[in-house]
Amino acid sequence: MSYTIEGETGLWEVVIGMEVHAQVISRAKLFSGAATDFGGDPNTQVSFVDAAFPGMLPVINRECVAQAIRTGLGLNAHINVVSRFDRKNYFYADLPAGYQISQYQHPIVGSGTIEIELADCSTKPIGVTRLHVEQDAGKSLHDQHPTKSYIDLNRAGVALMEIVSEPDLRSPEEAGAYLRKLRTILRYLGTCDGNMEEGSMRADVNVSVRKHGEPFRTRCEVKNVNSVRFVMQAIEAEARRQIQVWESGGIVEQETRLFDAGRGATRSMRTKEDAHDYRYFPDPDLLPLVLDEAWIEELKATLPELPDAKRRRFMEQYGLPAYDAGVLVAEQATAEFYETVAKGRDAKLAANWVMGDFFAALNRTGRTIETSPVSAASLGKLLDLMADGTINGRIAKEVFEAMVDTGDEPAIIVEKKGLRQVTDAGAIDEAVDKVLAANAEKVAQYKSGKERLFGFFVGQVMKAMAGKGNPALVNEALRRKLS
Amino acid sequence: MALDPATVRRIVTLARIRLEDAEVPRIQSELNGIIGWIEQLNEVDIDGVEPLTGAAQMALKMRDDAVTDGGYPDKVLSNAPERAGPFYAVPKVVE
Repeated sequence: MSYTIEGETGLWEVVIGMEVHAQVISRAKLFSGAATDFGGDPNTQVSFVDAAFPGMLPVINRECVAQAIRTGLGLNAHINVVSRFDRKNYFYADLPAGYQISQYQHPIVGSGTIEIELADCSTKPIGVTRLHVEQDAGKSLHDQHPTKSYIDLNRAGVALMEIVSEPDLRSPEEAGAYLRKLRTILRYLGTCDGNMEEGSMRADVNVSVRKHGEPFRTRCEVKNVNSVRFVMQAIEAEARRQIQVWESGGIVEQETRLFDAGRGATRSMRTKEDAHDYRYFPDPDLLPLVLDEAWIEELKATLPELPDAKRRRFMEQYGLPAYDAGVLVAEQATAEFYETVAKGRDAKLAANWVMGDFFAALNRTGRTIETSPVSAASLGKLLDLMADGTINGRIAKEVFEAMVDTGDEPAIIVEKKGLRQVTDAGAIDEAVDKVLAANAEKVAQYKSGKERLFGFFVGQVMKAMAGKGNPALVNEALRRKLS
Repeated sequence: MALDPATVRRIVTLARIRLEDAEVPRIQSELNGIIGWIEQLNEVDIDGVEPLTGAAQMALKMRDDAVTDGGYPDKVLSNAPERAGPFYAVPKVVE
């Protein structure tokens, strides 16, 4: 089922393209030796190049170029061996040079593909038009003074990758999946931390609507939406606005808009009217960027296993369903954790524990996989205790909670709390006898055909044995005595 | 190609230069003079010639990813028209 919005004149399709700005992970800036760390004291990570002092010349950071190439390779994209830097001219207080060094006609990375996964476990390839490298701007603080804006240039000159998609996305869900997938790929590659809250990944969304089978209509660009949820909300709000304009006989004008999350609506940024006239021209301070093929090959050889490949491997090697594999590979740390737990064990059971009790415990304690109180090795040992019959599945949950609380190894908890499973036939028979004697009426009902009561007896016996009875042996003893 | 007065005003706005109406004809004729001069290049036959992006045919030099600069906010701010503590202060610009 494709996503449509119902208007007064019928169904409308939504067409979406994304421009994502991803801050490159590097120590120093794109064209200067100043630091890139987030949260430094204002204007302490600024060189004369970043502050655009006269006569200062940019020198490109090799690692930033490498990061862009890695990202291009990770997006199955064409790497352009020759690319060029251009000046994008506009005036804003946090852009001291009056131009941003960017790549316009000759980007470093050409077309590629991102495969997105949707809720129904289907996948869809989304075209990537290009990736280019450019400088970030500084930061303006507007709330410090009634009539002044304060400028901090620490971010000015940090390397950004702008990743532009084709208008292949057709719903807020697909747009959300695209952003999440791109974020996962960037994090796997180690080229961007993908942190939307701190602004190291920012999205501009191009939205238009059309009737089925029509060519594209005019699009509007919604700027700087800073979370996946807001992107999805912004698309729907903007699509509905455009439908209303078209249906009331108006014309959607191409413009830049802002999403107001509080009101759940977009509004026009009138001041940006002329902003698209950037008067690009080649930056005379920089020669063309020419890449050595051998270097590209070298970078290709050192790429990590990427999410799509890992997901396929998890499905093949561990026999996991697509959904489980998708969840487990979303973060590299999770995938690694899972593989440690699954190694040499029941892989599906391991997946259930990681995605179930383990994720729930992280949520509840506000921890991350890196700061988890339970290590992958310990969780594996818990699975071993179940596999060798030391504890049953029910007790395992209790042991796991104790592991979360204390950080102790499962075997120690089992011993300390005396949770070892009872497999002694005598003890089980004794508990069964007691339960049957105390519930003579129900035994009679069972024998006269109310077989659903079997579960009740199992529950009572387990309760009498403080949950420690071996379930198979308890079942067996009950059947024997009730027959 | 010749610039009309409206295009001149637009360029001036984009470049944030103040220009009195009386000055437009003079600037228009100066710019058109420059464009006319450059347009002579169109007469050169460049079929099959790769664009030349610099006189020195060498690749872009790169530097290592090491922090070697920064840490001098006072020097950086020394040119600020106005300063507020560790920040540049500018007339409020907000959407």
